[in-house]
Amino acid sequence: MSQLLLEIDRLRVDFPLPQGRITAVKDVSLSLHTGETLALVGESGSGKSITATSILRLLPELAEAKGDIRWHTPQGIKSLLDVSNKRIRAIRGNEIAMIFQEPMTSLNPLQRIGHQIREVLDKHTSLNGRAARDRVIELLEQVGIPEAQRRQTSYPYELSGGQRQRVMIAMALACEPKLLIADEPTTALDVTVQAQILQLLKTLQEQYGLAILFITHDLGIVRHFADRVCVMRQGEVVETAPTAELFRYPRHDYTKTLIEAEPHGSKPPVDASAPLLVDARDLRVRFALKKRLFRPNAYFEAVKGIDLRIQRGQTLGIVGESGSGKSTLGRALLRLLESQGEVRFDDTELTHLDGKAMRPIRSRMQVVFQDPFGSLSPRMTVGEIVSEGLRVHHPELNRRQRIERVTEALQEVSLDPAMRQRYPHEFSGGQRQRIAIARALVLKPEFLLLDEPTSALDRSVQATVIDLLRTLQKRHDLTYLFISHDLAVVRALSDTVLVMKDGQVVEQGDTDALFRSPREAYTRELMRAAFLDMPA
Amino acid sequence: MHTASEAHTVGESLGREAWRRLKQNRAAMTSLVILIILTVACIAGPWLTPWGLSEVDWNAFTAPPSLAEGHYAGTDANGRDLLTRSLYGGQISLSVAVVATLVSLVIGVLYGAIAGFMGGRVDNLMMRFVDIMYSLPFMFLVILMMVLFGRHILLIYAAIGAVEWLDMSRIVRGQTLALKRREFVEAARALGVTNRTIIVRHLIPNTLGPVIVYVTLTVPKVILLESFLSFLGLGVQEPMTSWGVLISEGTDMMETAPWMLIVPSAFLALTLFCLNFLGDGLRDALDPRTR
Repeated sequence: MSQLLLEIDRLRVDFPLPQGRITAVKDVSLSLHTGETLALVGESGSGKSITATSILRLLPELAEAKGDIRWHTPQGIKSLLDVSNKRIRAIRGNEIAMIFQEPMTSLNPLQRIGHQIREVLDKHTSLNGRAARDRVIELLEQVGIPEAQRRQTSYPYELSGGQRQRVMIAMALACEPKLLIADEPTTALDVTVQAQILQLLKTLQEQYGLAILFITHDLGIVRHFADRVCVMRQGEVVETAPTAELFRYPRHDYTKTLIEAEPHGSKPPVDASAPLLVDARDLRVRFALKKRLFRPNAYFEAVKGIDLRIQRGQTLGIVGESGSGKSTLGRALLRLLESQGEVRFDDTELTHLDGKAMRPIRSRMQVVFQDPFGSLSPRMTVGEIVSEGLRVHHPELNRRQRIERVTEALQEVSLDPAMRQRYPHEFSGGQRQRIAIARALVLKPEFLLLDEPTSALDRSVQATVIDLLRTLQKRHDLTYLFISHDLAVVRALSDTVLVMKDGQVVEQGDTDALFRSPREAYTRELMRAAFLDMPA
Repeated sequence: MHTASEAHTVGESLGREAWRRLKQNRAAMTSLVILIILTVACIAGPWLTPWGLSEVDWNAFTAPPSLAEGHYAGTDANGRDLLTRSLYGGQISLSVAVVATLVSLVIGVLYGAIAGFMGGRVDNLMMRFVDIMYSLPFMFLVILMMVLFGRHILLIYAAIGAVEWLDMSRIVRGQTLALKRREFVEAARALGVTNRTIIVRHLIPNTLGPVIVYVTLTVPKVILLESFLSFLGLGVQEPMTSWGVLISEGTDMMETAPWMLIVPSAFLALTLFCLNFLGDGLRDALDPRTR
């Protein structure tokens, strides 16, 4: 019989800022039993991470936490918010462990991974010498690191993202904690790796009788991983229910919106006779590796001879995991990278055009990037950002005409044109992505390269951006090349899909056919990982 | 013609915005006012005090400050009025600071941004040139220039400017390398923006934070470098003087005539203090993210 492990009772976290008090968490109560997985779901800013970090008192110094967090141990109940600093340090990593989203930065890059795991053991256990060394190897084996004996002397940079997350899990489990707090542990990983990590957590949970507090924004994971779900919004718990029940009968409106925000629908097909707009043959991109004197240059080929064709009005979706070369392919098509092979746009051969000759064509092919924070210069106003293309391609416009065009473009992406004077940092992620779309649209392009335009956004925001992209495509007869690792989004938006791996095409075909009956094993694996419920 | 006027309006709007924010920063504004007063005083120095630069008061050698005698800050060992000399010295020190810093700012920022943005072989060549310049001993360079061009105050500007931009170019290049991989630069390339415009509008404005901090560090360095040159007899010559020279003279007389050290040091310290506050304020004002 499972027993009560952790109780959060009316937790309230305030940030007293000079501009006024911000309450990040408002009277949140939840409980967790041994061996249970509770998912804490919410969009960015919902307070889910703050709630989790206050359990171990890892909040920023500024924050003020009130309420009670009761930690049930065989020796009695402890109020974690009130125990001494020394006591909480003994609990951290020992009784309650935590893993984070970013496996790249959570490990010290200058220390061998074996050493980093040992540090945890030295701190919290009496193991030493041989015993500790054996335990490290045992842990690495448990989290599925091959050749643990040899690997323990590796540095973090020698491991892949998934392996790093495994090492983090090994560190977290080193002292056999009762509770594991996992803060978006798979968000930065590819879908197939994500599936493996989730499987690993499940296995370890059974082995150790671990309770897991799983923080995520991804309902797909929740459905298959959690026993109970707790939905948060703007610092408050909206709904708590067993997983199956929550998905079948969501009670709160917000939960319903979240569930419905999963991308759905499909793209109406275009006329088969529509003219070809983009036609690439045997496209190759290679990067020079480190040059050595008196030796032939070594190259890494990121795109290895790809053919693709897109008809006017069509959307081609490119899916693949990180490192598959999908973004490189997109940039090569726009001639932002040097490439070999042929690229035709409409009836112009692009391959041999230099920068100057390319410029008039640039206004017809535009791009929207993934990172809404990195793709807008922080020192330019929205008006300057959106009008930049006009200055290049329509120098004949005067100031008033330019403002008119910018206003038009901002209205088109449903932003208030009065926002022209503001700077990007004043906008949310979704709004910034709209600004980036407006920057592309202001030139009235025919072809848009969308490089993971929705990946950095919350689900509900993502849904609105997808709707916007659909509307714009219909209104302006736009042709899209949609690059994503998110199969659900690609399925909802594209006519045809191209699956990439290691710079090569694995499979290519109509969206419907490809998703219904994938031919290649890799495609099937990708889909199984992405839609966890798909039959094997 | 058209594009030039465009760039102007953009610069103006950014400048006006920054000025508005700077005005709200009380420490920076106070520093700015003090610096302006100081500059005006140094320029108007000759008319402000009853004594001339090298005018000797035969009744007062090494005299402490006295209102009655008209030596508000005392005199030096040769009976010359210290306040007058400090104001004259300020002309040299401040102008060296401004000119050398401006030179290093303009050359360093452009050079670094171009090297960083172009990358590859161009970057390699440009930065190896910087390395060579670094490896030349500074004194050797100054003496060489003196032999070639003769002794002149302009030479100090040129010599200091010629070394100070090296650090700046390295800092800016490093910043640019990180910035040019950001997606907004790629987006600009996709829009067909020319390389020149990318460097001027997208890269350089985003390096401003570290650049301004570095400038506030350069100014004191330049003033001290000038005094070092003068101390070796390679800089300004008697009867002209500078804060650095006055301070080094004052150090010798520290025990018998402390005012000879305190007065020029106070001028220098006040200037550097104000510059630091102003630099901080400028950095914040030019960054739209700080409100």
